[in-house]
Amino acid sequence: MLTDHLPALQVVVPLIAAPLCVLLRRGWAAWLLAFAVSLATFAISIALLLQVQATGTISYLLGSWAAPWGIEYRVDAVNAPLLVLVTAIAAVVMPFARASVAAEIPAEQHYLFWATWLLCLAGLLGVAITGDAFNIFVFLEISSLSTYVLIGLGRNRRALVAAYQYLIMGTIGATFIVIGVGLLYLMTGTLNIADLAVRIGDVRQVRPELAALAFLTVGISLKLALFPLHLWLPNAYAYAPSVATAFLAATATKVAVYLLLRFGFTVFGQSHVFASLPMGRMLLVLSIAALFVASTVAIFQSDVKRMFAYSSVAQIGYITLGISMLSVTGLTGGIVHLFNHGLAKGAIFMLLGCVALRTGQPSIERLAGLGRRMPLTSAGLVIAGLSLIGVPGTVGFVSKWYLVLGALERGWWWLAALVLLSSLLAVVYVWRVVEACYFREPSGELQEAPLSMVVPAWLLVAACVYFGLDTSITVGAAADAARALMGAVQ
Amino acid sequence: MTLAGDPAVALAVPALGAVLIALAGRWPNLRETVTLATAALLFAVVLTLLPQVLAGERPAALLLTMLPGLALELRVEPLGMLFALVASGLWIVNSVYSIGYMRANAEQHQTRFYVCFAIALASTMGIAFAGNLLTLFLFYEALTLSTYPLVTHHGTPEAKRAGRVYLGILLGTSIGLLLLAIVWTWHLTGTLEFRAGGILAGTASDAVIGALLALYMFGIGKAALMPLHRWLPAAMVAPTPVSALLHAVAVVKAGVFSVVKVIVYVFGVETIAGMASVEWLPVVAGITIVTASIIALRSDNLKRRLAYSTVSQLSYVVLAAALLTPVSVMAAALHIAVHAVSKITLFFAAGAIYTAAHKTEVSQLAGVGRRMPVTMIAFTIGALSMIGVPPTAGFISKWYLLAGAMSTQQFAAAAVIVASTLLNAAYFVPIVHAAFFKAPADGGHHAHGEAPAPMLVALALTAAATVALFFWPQVPLQLARDLLGG
Repeated sequence: MLTDHLPALQVVVPLIAAPLCVLLRRGWAAWLLAFAVSLATFAISIALLLQVQATGTISYLLGSWAAPWGIEYRVDAVNAPLLVLVTAIAAVVMPFARASVAAEIPAEQHYLFWATWLLCLAGLLGVAITGDAFNIFVFLEISSLSTYVLIGLGRNRRALVAAYQYLIMGTIGATFIVIGVGLLYLMTGTLNIADLAVRIGDVRQVRPELAALAFLTVGISLKLALFPLHLWLPNAYAYAPSVATAFLAATATKVAVYLLLRFGFTVFGQSHVFASLPMGRMLLVLSIAALFVASTVAIFQSDVKRMFAYSSVAQIGYITLGISMLSVTGLTGGIVHLFNHGLAKGAIFMLLGCVALRTGQPSIERLAGLGRRMPLTSAGLVIAGLSLIGVPGTVGFVSKWYLVLGALERGWWWLAALVLLSSLLAVVYVWRVVEACYFREPSGELQEAPLSMVVPAWLLVAACVYFGLDTSITVGAAADAARALMGAVQ
Repeated sequence: MTLAGDPAVALAVPALGAVLIALAGRWPNLRETVTLATAALLFAVVLTLLPQVLAGERPAALLLTMLPGLALELRVEPLGMLFALVASGLWIVNSVYSIGYMRANAEQHQTRFYVCFAIALASTMGIAFAGNLLTLFLFYEALTLSTYPLVTHHGTPEAKRAGRVYLGILLGTSIGLLLLAIVWTWHLTGTLEFRAGGILAGTASDAVIGALLALYMFGIGKAALMPLHRWLPAAMVAPTPVSALLHAVAVVKAGVFSVVKVIVYVFGVETIAGMASVEWLPVVAGITIVTASIIALRSDNLKRRLAYSTVSQLSYVVLAAALLTPVSVMAAALHIAVHAVSKITLFFAAGAIYTAAHKTEVSQLAGVGRRMPVTMIAFTIGALSMIGVPPTAGFISKWYLLAGAMSTQQFAAAAVIVASTLLNAAYFVPIVHAAFFKAPADGGHHAHGEAPAPMLVALALTAAATVALFFWPQVPLQLARDLLGG
């Protein structure tokens, strides 16, 4: 049955399509293939999610080699929704990408762009789906290397420096991860995640185990841009091609957060990592610092892409904050924010892609008068911006609700207040954009972006509102994941 | 459930109206017809709910389930009924007025103006009929956001600055304080329902109740308790119809309405009566009443004076609710309606004076009553109602308010009310006196008559309503009485 092989197909389809793009050579054909593949992966991920919800965790043995010796793909309540997020963003970004890439990338490089894009997608999906620690590292490298290329293709020359910065930081992160995985293998003799989770009980509190945890945590934190390891992110997002920014901002850091959850909760076990080690407190402090420092820095940016890149660092802080609360409610808040922020940031960077198509690198000055010239784009920016603030009726509100509730459950009313106060910083930077769009006189003639770009962007904007009002799907999945993670070691 | 008895229709009508107004934007006459028709239809829909509510029914509608165990739902109770009646009724009058005002002053972006107005009214209906705190909060924020483009309508640097104050205070308080209070309530009680007798009884210590009350009272920034009142005078840069309906009726009343609703249905009057940790509230309200009146007295700009008068009058409602006696809570509900019709009359008059005579300052108003008798008579009626002189509606609510204060021997509150009555007289009577009995300062060379007819009709109607409410207060009284009945 084909459906039995869905976990493998989830990764294999984009992985094989990538070299096909190179063979195809023609930009439009490669785009068509990439688009079809994105839709296919989206369909597969939905099928997997439904299957997980119906029958529980899926274990798929690659080449039928039994775990823990063979590589196992494992889809459970935690990564199934993540697969849907990544593939959904890919599927929405693809139609948008055609016009945007045509404007930003030289035509002769198009097929290479799509090939790299598919590799990146395959890598991210692979990280999310695999149940093997070394395999995680392999896919992480596939996605990272292709990400460096995607960022470096930006038409601004600073894109190269940004890609190089990320290359250095990302490589350090990946090295740390592989060292951590190596130490785990050294002590337990296994690389299978589920097997690791069992065997690690024998080597608790041994120094190499602590070292493995430290290496993995720092390495993953680099990839997820946890404050203060976020320095690669603002430039990378600001100068990458619009399409790459939209896709990566909505997915790449989210996959890294997933790794943090997987290693922190499933492998090492939350009672060990967070109760006997001060990880929770560290994460809490760094998250709060991210909320305030990154949001404040965002306020003072004049490049709008950079502004929202810093906003991403702050928003990632909300996700890690939810994790650091170590309760089902807090985790639900963190995980649901992972989706919600993916939707909102994906929408914002796509809309900024529309702006970039008409004005070039979008700065606050270049947004002047956009409200009249590009009404759909600016209205979308306002709604997605409101979602970043957490206004009720948008997805951001749902995340804030759970985060504040989680803080109150722990009796940390000061944290609840801090979460809400930090939202007000978002009001300031979002309103800089609003005022630029609606209160300044337009400098020149600008047209609305083509529908092929505006419609996909608005799909995400609409999703921001829909999932802000009807949360049964998102909160349901996040709560399942949170319960699975919290229950993993009990 | 038939369509007529469904409170969701009251939201749908202005929301659909907004869409139609936007579509009709190119044809001003059609657009304004749609506005008027929507307003009239909304009032009719709200009226159909009235007999049910008076009969003790509580029409409800479930919109959708937003969070597990938390739905967006509507439920019409007497206080919401009263608020919805006032807001939707005055929207008709205000639309007539708007048409005159916007055309006479050749305002820009009129379509956006009417669309935002309709959305603001839909949000107001959502607030009035909200069945729980989450629903209330959702529409509360929607009202803030939909009125922001109206406040900044002129797009000038001044409007932009005022918009920042407006949004900064209203969003800051609602997200920073009100949302925290709501989540905290949910955490303590596991429900956000509006229940007769309150939901917090027995769930928290007195100190926590006091802290929650502070979060609610200052979190509902639209009630303009000092020191969080600055957004209201800032909002006066908006065109006058906005100041009239939104910043004398819908937005500010949404604030005090939420205050009364929270005190009655979340805290429960009996639960917190006599609690030491809530005794600060009447004090803050009293200080706001007196201080705002003094600022009003010193303001030469007419709209600014009216705005500070509103700040002061809003705290009447807060004070009345905070006295925590059945009679004073009734007064709070009544004053929401009474102040609405009176203050909208005053704003209508101010806008008429601006349109006809281009005068904005109190000191310029000498002799204006002879040129604009209808406007100034209406203004006088509104002013008398503010002071509380019979036969105007203001007398009724003030009567119950004083009765409430005296019934529990809260003489300080009574003294505040008396003092503010004197202050009200001090800042309104000179205007009326100058308008009718002083010669114009410019020697009368700038000849002008009354404002355009639609504006006159509107302000005459609300002035008449101010008097009519004195003689026929049955419906508001009945609704206010039912409020505590459950």
